[in-house]
Amino acid sequence: MSVPSSRRPGGPVQVAGRIISVRRVGAYQHLTILAPGVAETARPGQFVALAVGGERTGMLLRRSFSIHKVTPTGVYGGTVDVVVADAGRGTHWLTTRGVGEPVDVVGPLGRAFPLPKTPEACVLVGGGYGTAPLFWLADVLRERGCRVDIILGAASEDRLFGVLEARRSSTTSTVTTDDGSAGTKGRVTNVLGEVIDRADASVVYACGPMAMLRAVTDVATAHGAVAQVAVEESMACGIGICMTCVMPVEGPDGQTRMLRSCVEGPVFRGDTVRWESWQDGIGRVPDDCVGAAAMRSH
Amino acid sequence: MTLDVATVDMTARIGSLTLPNPLMTASGCAAAGRELHQFFDVGELGAVVTKSVMTAPRSGRDTPRMAETDSGMLNSIGLQGPGIDAFVEKDLAWLREVGARAVVSIAGSSVQEFRDLAARLADEPGVAAIEVNISCPNVANRGLVFACEPTSAASVVAAVRAVLPPTIPLLAKLSPDVTDIVEIAAACVSAGADGLTMINTLLGISIDVDRMRPRLAGLTGGLSGPAVRPVAVRCIWQVQAAMLAGRLPTVPIVGVGGVRTGLDALELVLAGACAVQVGTVAFHDPSAPLRVRDELAKAVQERGFSSFMDAVGHAHRVLATAEGTR
Repeated sequence: MSVPSSRRPGGPVQVAGRIISVRRVGAYQHLTILAPGVAETARPGQFVALAVGGERTGMLLRRSFSIHKVTPTGVYGGTVDVVVADAGRGTHWLTTRGVGEPVDVVGPLGRAFPLPKTPEACVLVGGGYGTAPLFWLADVLRERGCRVDIILGAASEDRLFGVLEARRSSTTSTVTTDDGSAGTKGRVTNVLGEVIDRADASVVYACGPMAMLRAVTDVATAHGAVAQVAVEESMACGIGICMTCVMPVEGPDGQTRMLRSCVEGPVFRGDTVRWESWQDGIGRVPDDCVGAAAMRSH
Repeated sequence: MTLDVATVDMTARIGSLTLPNPLMTASGCAAAGRELHQFFDVGELGAVVTKSVMTAPRSGRDTPRMAETDSGMLNSIGLQGPGIDAFVEKDLAWLREVGARAVVSIAGSSVQEFRDLAARLADEPGVAAIEVNISCPNVANRGLVFACEPTSAASVVAAVRAVLPPTIPLLAKLSPDVTDIVEIAAACVSAGADGLTMINTLLGISIDVDRMRPRLAGLTGGLSGPAVRPVAVRCIWQVQAAMLAGRLPTVPIVGVGGVRTGLDALELVLAGACAVQVGTVAFHDPSAPLRVRDELAKAVQERGFSSFMDAVGHAHRVLATAEGTR
């Protein structure tokens, strides 16, 4: 496994990575992985797909994580940082790895957050460890002269990620928790409208659970801003061959298609996503989706 | 003996089709090759087997359509795809352009649809073979597919064979979810199949024990991955044994099911497969198809075979010799 390969400049590579730093951050594990060839071309919003469980593992599917930050010029080569929540067998394996252990990395994958061409005021919204890619994005935006305001939300204080980093990377940072254990009690969307208005923001970038992204899109649209959301669909391969991470997205032609969130996403314009399709954990194919008729006939 | 690069002749022959090596992608696990081409040159494979294409564009099924299981996964994609016209225009043209040999997998909901798809592809340059997916568990009548019944299987094969030029081999992909796979294999061969691909996925269900409901939106899905490899080896073994016993004419078998290493591939080969498809493991390791090719070459050489084809079905000969001396 893990023959370093790069056949297209800027395209993804598969490399034998190595964990070089492990830090506990609240409820999460922050990993720095030496992965030459990944960091050099990555941009905020892209992700890596990590093999879990070791060489003979029974866990076949890769786990995808948005890139928290990159250091393209480390002593031993480029590194990528990811934030992992111990939420299942695969992520449990990752959060119990020590320094020096190998991890097979494929990346950088997916479409990055589109950046404004002129300096715009931007609001960045993250739920839980969905905040991971936002601070790097904030730095890139500020380099372009953009005003950056950040909102971090989580169920409780220990599920927040990056409160200090948010203060460092933004004009204002706001924290919300569902239980009120930190910041304002409630959801990120309780404060979002006010932050957009105060900053006169034209773009809202968000990463987190689907329900949050839908609500963020609604508020952003109502306040005259465009939402760019990074979705968290579960992916089997991360590279576009398995067709499992699809979701209904409306194209510029007004037609809805089941797009792969790994290669056509993970960042979509919020108002193009057919949010009404999700109910009770099931993502329904809309009746007007391209190719839906063929499913009914057989 | 350890070898870095095997020098054994890996040429594989499937009827009239000669391939530089026996490694193929498995249908539905490589799209049309473009994404894997980012990691290795798909032209180096024996062939790229494309995701099954149907006549019209298809959205696929509701999500979740994937569930990881122990050493395997369930999928219920539902043959999401662009339809035959877009496939020919974009995917097949691209495969031709990069010099890959394309085995085109077709799926139909009727015999007529299979025939029309094959007719559409018959004159297209760059089609190395056609694989008829008569065993996909994710179309209507799930679990009651063409490959579950000899007459239905034979009618699809005969209809497709009738519209294909003899220069294009026809592979019938069989389901392991049958009472007697030899009977289905025999029906396909007598209807004109030039080869048999074994096996498609097994129908399964996974239940989320926290939410206490099935994990797939479509309830059932096809099980693939290393968990199914012994089933694939058994199916290949049974059909190859029946061919050796003269119970059906001898045709090439393309093995598929749970291969993740060269030694896994060798199991299928020793059971009777003269080509091997790599599927689910590509989700785990996008470099797997070429890696397995190289590991297989090394394994074949280490066992003293001068060419890959000499290893095909060898376990039957070992067994016959052992029984002969008993």
